[in-house]
Amino acid sequence: MNHWLIFPILIPILAALVIPLFAGKDLALQRGISLTASLATMFAGLWMLRLAAGGEMFTYALGNWPAPFGIVLVLDGLSAVLVALTGVIGLFALLYAMQGTDEKGPFFHVLFQMQIAGICGAFLTGDLFNLFVFFEILLLASYNLLVFSGGEKRLRAGVHYVILNLIGSGLFLLAVGTLYGVTGTLNMAHMAVRVSELGASETALVQASALLLIVVFALKAAMLPLYLWLPNVYSSATAPVAALFSVLTKVGVYAILRTSTLIFGAEAGVAADLLKPYLMPLALLTLVLGWIGAMGSHKLRKMLGYMIIASLGLMMASMGLFTTAGISAGIYYMLHSTVVMALMFLLVDLIARQRGPVDDALVVGWTPTQGSMLGVLFFGAVIAAAGLPPLSGFIGKMLILQAAIDQPNGFWMWAIVLITSLIALVALSRAGSLVFFKTDDVPPGESAGRASLGDFLPVVGLLVCIALFTAYSGPVTEFTNMTAAQLLEPSFYITNVLGR
Amino acid sequence: MEALVASAIGVLVACGVYLILRARTFPVVLGLALFAYAVNLYLFVMGNITLGAPPVLQEGMEIAAYADPLPQALVLTAIVIGFAMTAFILVLSICAYVSLGTDHLDGREHTQ
Repeated sequence: MNHWLIFPILIPILAALVIPLFAGKDLALQRGISLTASLATMFAGLWMLRLAAGGEMFTYALGNWPAPFGIVLVLDGLSAVLVALTGVIGLFALLYAMQGTDEKGPFFHVLFQMQIAGICGAFLTGDLFNLFVFFEILLLASYNLLVFSGGEKRLRAGVHYVILNLIGSGLFLLAVGTLYGVTGTLNMAHMAVRVSELGASETALVQASALLLIVVFALKAAMLPLYLWLPNVYSSATAPVAALFSVLTKVGVYAILRTSTLIFGAEAGVAADLLKPYLMPLALLTLVLGWIGAMGSHKLRKMLGYMIIASLGLMMASMGLFTTAGISAGIYYMLHSTVVMALMFLLVDLIARQRGPVDDALVVGWTPTQGSMLGVLFFGAVIAAAGLPPLSGFIGKMLILQAAIDQPNGFWMWAIVLITSLIALVALSRAGSLVFFKTDDVPPGESAGRASLGDFLPVVGLLVCIALFTAYSGPVTEFTNMTAAQLLEPSFYITNVLGR
Repeated sequence: MEALVASAIGVLVACGVYLILRARTFPVVLGLALFAYAVNLYLFVMGNITLGAPPVLQEGMEIAAYADPLPQALVLTAIVIGFAMTAFILVLSICAYVSLGTDHLDGREHTQ
């Protein structure tokens, strides 16, 4: 029994319960509690990363009900690294939000902490229905965070987002219900055992419900053809919220990866390798459409939304190889791209504030007041996002290409990844040169306002994270290799959870 | 009994989907509610329909005369969550209607 596992869920929930006591009165105190909670969550996540780095798996039976009767939390390499990532991004997004975003309405910190609790819970739980519950927690928080501080743009995006996700939740329940009807269990490890023992007569039912489940996760992960909601939602949200949302899509990726290796993996009998024929082609098409969308965007924030879609496509294409190297490279790229996209959303917000009335539109605007500082940061972020050496984007893409080289459909991976890298470079250079070089002078009598040190701190912090991530690529790839090997060995997970 | 429940769920889903595809927020919210009802009913019967049987196992009881309690617990959770979500989307639609001045889903009227 390892009580550490519950901490990344418990700390933010406790903070979210305490903060409303001071709502509307003492913003400094709210910020203090929220920041303490985020720091604690991050350290709990990093501690779990250290625990999991040994290659062991830890379980925590809630209420001491043994699996499969009670709900278990499971910590393996994948969960640990994603919880740690959530902690890091959450902290920097919060630091940015404390520069003024959280003053624009009540309860920002409550929603923010609940969002983190939901995300960490989804990464840790080993029970399918519990996953649904954590999905709902993180979604309800995300609905509120999306429309936070109001405005017509956010309401429009909010209505679409909420309706789409309510339909998704309904489908999730249908899929879980059918799977329970067929297998008689909700524990993921137990379900993996039961699915592998099913007779041929259950094939249609279990395959249909499995694919329905994947559709729901694909909606969260914005995979083709369910990605249309994302650019509008992410570009409408306030900057720190959008930065936190860059983790949100990874919940979908995580759920796809977890279920397709554990429950519907190679040893799943009638449902074996269910997703293998679809995942890589769909993901590669998502990658192409993501960059085409980024190329055609008229606004910087919308372009970032499409870049998220493209990065999701790339990581899922790599995971879709279902080899150790492929999944390992996919996880590496996932960690890299989440940090980069969070960084980009914060940075673009700083840039847009100094461009006068055009805001983030890709037209000629004012010369940014702190152009050189912002320009250098933007240059660094673009190098990471487009996958140029020396930063981790390049290493990630290289690992993915290496993983694909001896695979039957590796040609498509090489062709599409290389061509989209070129498109990425063109799109990002166009945006960068328009924002920083082709500008008008600020008209006399107007002022654009300067970003404070506190504004720059989270942006620089995230860039330092990327630099560290690049410098420690060796240990990180060792860790992702270990994680991928764990994922492709479902019996390891099953033995650890069920104890037999 | 199975046919009755199955067709009831089917009709609810059909009506729900039809309403969700409307362009105004109120029918869509109603459609989502109907869809949620259908899902809840479906969850409720997924452990087979057992009539007049207790969900608690007792000494010397036949398994056939036992209703699976887990779907009942799940559907309770699903109802609570579904209710909260319906309340939220209702408030959000009213908020959108007041701020945007239209109940069209896209937040603006489409003129032909």
